[in-house]
Amino acid sequence: MIKAEVSPKLENGSVALMPKKKSFFASLVRQKDLVLITLPFAALLILFNYVPLWGWIMAFQNYKPGLGIFNSKWVGFKNFYDLFHDSYFFLGIRNTLGISLLKLVTGYLGSITLALLINEIKNLAFKKTVQTISYLPHFVSWVVVSGLVYTCLSTDGGVVNEILMKLHIISEPFNFMGTPKLFWGVMAGSDLWKEIGWNSIIYLAAMSGINPDIYEAADIDGAGRFRKIFSITLPGILPTIKILLILSVGNLLTVGFEQTYLLSNNMVIDYSQTLELYVYNYGMGMGRYSFATAAGIFNSVVALILVTTFNKLSKTISGESAF
Amino acid sequence: MKVFHLHRRTTGDVVFDIINTIIMIFLIIVTLYPFWNTLVYSLNSPVDSLRGGLYLWPRQFTFSNYSLILSEENVYWASVVSILRALTGSVANVLCTVIIGYALSQKSFVLNKFYSYLFVFSMYFSGGLIPGYFLMRDLHLINNFLVYILPATVSAWNIMVVRSYISELPKGLIESAKIDGASEFRIIFSIIFPLSMPVVACILLFVAVGQWNSWFDTMLYCGNNQSLSTLAYELQKVLQTSQSLSTQSSQAQALIPAAMRNIVTPQSVRATMTIITIVPIMCVYPFLQKYFVNGLTLGGVKE
Repeated sequence: MIKAEVSPKLENGSVALMPKKKSFFASLVRQKDLVLITLPFAALLILFNYVPLWGWIMAFQNYKPGLGIFNSKWVGFKNFYDLFHDSYFFLGIRNTLGISLLKLVTGYLGSITLALLINEIKNLAFKKTVQTISYLPHFVSWVVVSGLVYTCLSTDGGVVNEILMKLHIISEPFNFMGTPKLFWGVMAGSDLWKEIGWNSIIYLAAMSGINPDIYEAADIDGAGRFRKIFSITLPGILPTIKILLILSVGNLLTVGFEQTYLLSNNMVIDYSQTLELYVYNYGMGMGRYSFATAAGIFNSVVALILVTTFNKLSKTISGESAF
Repeated sequence: MKVFHLHRRTTGDVVFDIINTIIMIFLIIVTLYPFWNTLVYSLNSPVDSLRGGLYLWPRQFTFSNYSLILSEENVYWASVVSILRALTGSVANVLCTVIIGYALSQKSFVLNKFYSYLFVFSMYFSGGLIPGYFLMRDLHLINNFLVYILPATVSAWNIMVVRSYISELPKGLIESAKIDGASEFRIIFSIIFPLSMPVVACILLFVAVGQWNSWFDTMLYCGNNQSLSTLAYELQKVLQTSQSLSTQSSQAQALIPAAMRNIVTPQSVRATMTIITIVPIMCVYPFLQKYFVNGLTLGGVKE
């Protein structure tokens, strides 16, 4: 927890350090080796993470790549005005929140349930095998997974359609990827498939921290499997569940650009254009750089507000926070 | 977890175990089948695959898809770029992570607080896509191999994991090395690196997998430069063309030059490229397993 170590005076560091200026420079010189080897990396971080903030000026201009930031025309808040009068922008917000919430609910229920079930496996070799296999999709890129999703859901011999037809649930192949209303489901489903095993790791780690004596005591009292799951295991991992939930609510605006980009297509655009995709399509696709930057700023600022708010909330509720 | 069963296993217990095992086997099948099916298509004769109905085993077994695609010059060079990316990127990242992680673990370091703020804040905030693109352009990193490496060198998340790991190493080791007159450089490379090997190995592999998988930066910054294309991006291009062609195999077929029509189809190219891309990952990730539980709990909730 870095926050606790950092004194609030640091931001106006020069003022705070005035009386001890000599000692600050003295230690800077004394530790010059460490300062010198860390400096290149700090410079890289500033260059790639902080310098782009300078580019936010573009949002208040009619930016032309040929003219650059210094010569482009200033337009004030016009881009933001246009943004808030674009109906696709609001569709973008709706899609972002819709997909995020759906992913959040399925992802949580799925990975907690899986962790509980894996925890109940008694054969260690089988347990290990299940875990290893369940992690595999996490390490595979979205490019591969999107290919697998398209193949499995294909109307031309895709395995999902074949099974549904064999079971007589549908009579002819259903076009999953071309149905706008199903896109959120495809996003949540593919995310669940890819990440369920990986996300269960943290709960399994929390479960292994539960004192085994409690289970023994419950056995003596004659508690059954379900009783032990609901009265010992679940309460035991509740702090972990709470903090992870709060933190991911803070990340609601981040749907995952690659996944959305790769799975969406023109047929489902009304349900697939999230804020991230909106910025990409308007900026890189149509060359409306200033407008897209304005949308990006909106996204970044709201995301930061969400993260800090929910982090504070988590601190007051559980005394734990990410930073 | 070992639980001593003092009471007899009830029928309820047995039923629970059976249902649980069935659910787990179902999970294994759902996870592995898409990969297996892709493998089957990549090992089946392309023309025969067009008939459909391939599920568990190739009908006409052949390695021709692999020999054809691997002899393709674009694929060959893309794999070289991907390997270079994974190697350089992971080494640069680990170097940065350990050095900064060590510096942040030293409470007496003058820039400790400044760096903490700087690195942690970067985890939650970014300038966004468009300003980032123009920065790369102004730095002349467009169509440059370094665009894969430099922005990915600093990873605040990895730094925080390594920082907590180094903080838990015995303080006396570093102190006594300093008394013996070892330089910071010497301390990092002769003491910190060897002692942090488990976490370093883990980060090395994680970053390498991430580099191997990334395609979006390739498309954005080097999209029109074939010599800098990566395997992941080549796969993305193959997938995109075959998807936009509609699902009718016959239409897709029409786009392939007549002479090649008998030896390759979009479907088999797609399957074969997918397998080529994931085989290295499948070889590497099981070794990561014993580390990532520690890494996750260290960096996240428990801290």
